[in-house]
Amino acid sequence: MSNQILVIVEHLKGNIEDISFEMLGKGKELAGNLGGELVALLMGSGADGMTGQLGIADKIIYVDDANLAEYNPQAYCKTVAAVVGDIQPKMVMIGNTSMGMDIAGGVSVDQNMPFIAYVSGISSDGSSVTSSLYGGKMNVDSSPSGEGYIVSIIAGSFPADAGRSEGSPNIEKAAAPDLSGLSVQFKQLIEPEAGDVDITQQDVLISVGRGIQSDENLPMAEELAAKLGGAISCSRPIVDSKWLAKTRQVGKSGLKVKPKLYLALGISGAPEHIEGMKDADLIIAVNTDPNAPIFDYAHYGVVQDLFDFIPALSDKL
Amino acid sequence: MNIIVPIKQVPDLVEELEINSAGTDLDREWLKMKLSEFDDHAMEEALLIKDDQGANVTAIALASDDIDKALFAAAAKGADKLIKVTGVEGSSTHEAAKAMANVIKDMDYDIIMTGVQAVDDRDGQLAVLLAHYLGVPHISVVTGVQTSDGSVTVQKEYGGGMVAEFEAATPVVLGIQAARETPRYVPVAKVRRAMRGSTIEEVDAGALDVATGSTVSKMYKPESGGGADMIDGSAEDQAGKIVEILTQKGIK
Repeated sequence: MSNQILVIVEHLKGNIEDISFEMLGKGKELAGNLGGELVALLMGSGADGMTGQLGIADKIIYVDDANLAEYNPQAYCKTVAAVVGDIQPKMVMIGNTSMGMDIAGGVSVDQNMPFIAYVSGISSDGSSVTSSLYGGKMNVDSSPSGEGYIVSIIAGSFPADAGRSEGSPNIEKAAAPDLSGLSVQFKQLIEPEAGDVDITQQDVLISVGRGIQSDENLPMAEELAAKLGGAISCSRPIVDSKWLAKTRQVGKSGLKVKPKLYLALGISGAPEHIEGMKDADLIIAVNTDPNAPIFDYAHYGVVQDLFDFIPALSDKL
Repeated sequence: MNIIVPIKQVPDLVEELEINSAGTDLDREWLKMKLSEFDDHAMEEALLIKDDQGANVTAIALASDDIDKALFAAAAKGADKLIKVTGVEGSSTHEAAKAMANVIKDMDYDIIMTGVQAVDDRDGQLAVLLAHYLGVPHISVVTGVQTSDGSVTVQKEYGGGMVAEFEAATPVVLGIQAARETPRYVPVAKVRRAMRGSTIEEVDAGALDVATGSTVSKMYKPESGGGADMIDGSAEDQAGKIVEILTQKGIK
């Protein structure tokens, strides 16, 4: 067992994702406290150009293989498990992202390591971690048993800037494990369809969640958006119900927005949604539930029935 | 085609959540439970495949309060077989996955699909853990599944609305984010009929030789990070104050 903190670097289309820098920044701090090393694991094919952005790491392990050219759940999982088995780090940090959700649990089983998910905080010595559960309504502190363990980090938990540093750390090229005979094959990336409105470019977003109850109530919100010169956006359940297009979705699997005003109507504020809107200049939340987590992130909160509040606001605009 | 759908009940987040006296878990005495919404989507996707081309759909769940009702509801929606796994005490997803793997490993299946996550899976998501205990490939955050002989094509959602498409040989385990259609609704009368017309097979979980991995020290409601300035009063008053704020900020 080493005192190493291993960060799994995530990249798409040649860009390192912010979550990786968040983990590198936090990992550097933890490695310092523990007298250990920060190790970044970069996987890809001809991706060594990205190592220059990982200057904060004490060491980069770079695995280059044709099977790693595009993200592949099976190939990446096998590669991470092999590296973890090899270096036996104290902590493995993986993003609680679409890719990370394929990898973290798999490595936990394959390497028989404890795994704590949905992590939003880590104590200074790494012995206690905080998970955000129940749609952000409860925090749970827990301590891993055993020496090495895996955490999956919710995006937005740590500052990404703390992990951005140019430099030329020691690069160790490692061979991929045997990736022949993969039964999962990458086919293609499908770009998002262009929407009628680009919600990332709007100054004002009127955003609706489950609390809107029915698509028949959407015109009320649209009227507000029109009066404030903005557009309508939404949380995941509204898209799953097909009331609004995917291009209107804010959050982890939707878009990240930073408008001047984000008016959240009937959105409880699960971590997946918060990820997409917490940096808005002004957040006003309206919800019937006074305990809705959205109020922890809003600047102003209104506990009220939407169907009383929306017409009242609309009348005054 | 044989599809297995692991399902579970989770606390209904619409209700107020209370913490137990030890401060380590929810107070479960009066907790209202409901089917995990992602499992509802996984079941819907399985039933859509059945509707399109025919499939044998098995719903499987660990024994818990109210789980019979959830299983019968699955039957009412179209599941062909119901299995309840007994002998699992804790709430660890690793144990749940191992128990499911013990039962499923001897079954004949092409696809296992379950919810991509649950609101309480603190030690990881079931789909990926189950896949690795079974030694079967896995893809999570799936929003579309097309089947053909011996393989599936799936759409996996990344951030920013980007989607990646993969092809996987079966058997495969999929973590479903969303079904193609809104999960079907089943009237209570139909669930009652299913209770009379279908049976739940009970199977013992077998040996759960997995380390649970971590110990909870504390559960608590998150502190408001500075928190919102709460605006009280009637809807009229509140709307008036919001307009003032918008005016101050130059938004209106």
